[in-house]
Amino acid sequence: MEGQYSEKVMEHFRNPRNVGEIPDASGIGNVGNPVCGDIMRLYIKVDQNEVITDAKFKTFGCGAAIATSSMVTELVKGKTVQEALTISNRAVAEALGGLPKIKMHCSVLAEEALRSAIDDYMAKKKKA
Amino acid sequence: MKKVYLDNNATTKMREEVLDAMLPFYKDIYGNASSIHEFGRLARRAIDDAREKVAGLLGAASVEEIVFTSGGTESDNFAIKGAAHALKAKGDHIITSSIEHQAILNTCKFLEKEGYKVTYISVDKDGIVDLEELKRLIADKTILVSIMYANNEVGTIEPIEEAARIAKEKGVYFHTDAVQAVGKIPFDVKSLNIDLASMSGHKIYGPKGMGALYIKKLTKITPQMQGGHHEMGKRAGTENVAGIVGLGKAAELAKKELSDESKRLTGLRDYLYKGITSRIESIRLNGHPDKRLPNTVNVGFKYLEGESIILNLDMEGIAVSTGSACTSGSLEPSHVLTAMGVDPAETQGSIRFSLSRDNTKEDMDYVLEVLPPIIKRLRDMSPLYEKGKK
Ligand SMILES: Cc1ncc(COP(=O)(O)O)c(C=O)c1O
Ligand code: FES
Repeated sequence: MEGQYSEKVMEHFRNPRNVGEIPDASGIGNVGNPVCGDIMRLYIKVDQNEVITDAKFKTFGCGAAIATSSMVTELVKGKTVQEALTISNRAVAEALGGLPKIKMHCSVLAEEALRSAIDDYMAKKKKA
Repeated sequence: MKKVYLDNNATTKMREEVLDAMLPFYKDIYGNASSIHEFGRLARRAIDDAREKVAGLLGAASVEEIVFTSGGTESDNFAIKGAAHALKAKGDHIITSSIEHQAILNTCKFLEKEGYKVTYISVDKDGIVDLEELKRLIADKTILVSIMYANNEVGTIEPIEEAARIAKEKGVYFHTDAVQAVGKIPFDVKSLNIDLASMSGHKIYGPKGMGALYIKKLTKITPQMQGGHHEMGKRAGTENVAGIVGLGKAAELAKKELSDESKRLTGLRDYLYKGITSRIESIRLNGHPDKRLPNTVNVGFKYLEGESIILNLDMEGIAVSTGSACTSGSLEPSHVLTAMGVDPAETQGSIRFSLSRDNTKEDMDYVLEVLPPIIKRLRDMSPLYEKGKK
């Protein structure tokens, strides 16, 4: 329920990191949460060494959705694409000091947006 | 930090006068109202006095028509189940609306499991129930129509006078959940010709866990609580004397102040809404433009989700909600807004501001100062916003 967010969640909700867009993004992930209808868009910038150098997001969603979006952008920066693929929604939630049970599904949004951004990047790379 | 509480449809702050009236009954006047000695008689007298005040607020013809309960939820349960069980031989069909409080909807669902048939009539875009549909739906087996007087989420005031007339013409009992209306708008069960009406203490600056059910004389109703002969044999259990006294005091004050206070609140409510419309684009008013509770304004902020707005306002000391406090643990969109045909994407960003006697124009100004930057910040974060912006 509302109000049961950890300090860390509230901190990220209050000051979300990396809000915005990357105009020349290497990959864009666009996902909707089937449980609640919330939406997240994640932009990643990948360099020639397959390292994610930048990540930005836009999210329409609850407090947990915004905090997990913010956290996932923090977690992927500096990781290789392969490493980023191993980041699970649980890992994002844990990095935030946990989420209330009914809000766990919100963290799935972040994981899926990341997957989708990486898929988009891979598809673009193949074409190029 | 400044604190502005605008969640008064969820609950209100108890008035000093109410607390003062209650305290002696937690200390020196502790008798059981059923006892014949003086200790008991003092408690009995206090209950009688409170019953008179509640009867006065509701416009009951006689004090015996008021039964004290543990709140709006119990009153709703008692009315619906009690009438359904008492009239089982006559029929098994109940009509209610699609925008009722959970206390009605879930009681109806419970009865459906017992074999009753329930029809939920629809509402228009402003949340007004369809009376033509009501007329069409009343059948031989219909035993009860229950329609709320005013909706808790959007504040729309229902045409219960006409609804009651339609039900009574067909010889069907009429119940109204008046929990949000009582004390805010005039209510008179006698002239409205209502059989059953629910009210609650904590929405009118009274105690929580305290309410009443109006039961018109000769109405058939099966008690839901078996035990002693309390409450004219309709609701067993040693009376919560302090709570009853508090409810009585709250009722007395509400009746006295209703007319002035409802005018003042309507002014504040409209001042707030006008201020929001002039400062923030892409918003909508949820609920009827005028047939609405004086203290309630529900605003939909397009491209946004409600919880993030609530949390941001909370950080600034402003307490609001997305609708019903009872549904905040759920992820479903509001059943009230959905029934009103609001686009699912737009039900999410709806915020209910519900005012009280403690709120001032300064409070509204504070909201109007704090809200626009929050909405802007969240919209800048929303992937839906740019589409709407063009
Ligand atoms: C319309 C309506 N009915 C019933 C209730 C339940 O009343 P209570 O909280 O006293 O059980 C509420 C408030 O929660 C309400 O708004
Ligand atoms: S409720 Fe939708 S993402 Fe949290």
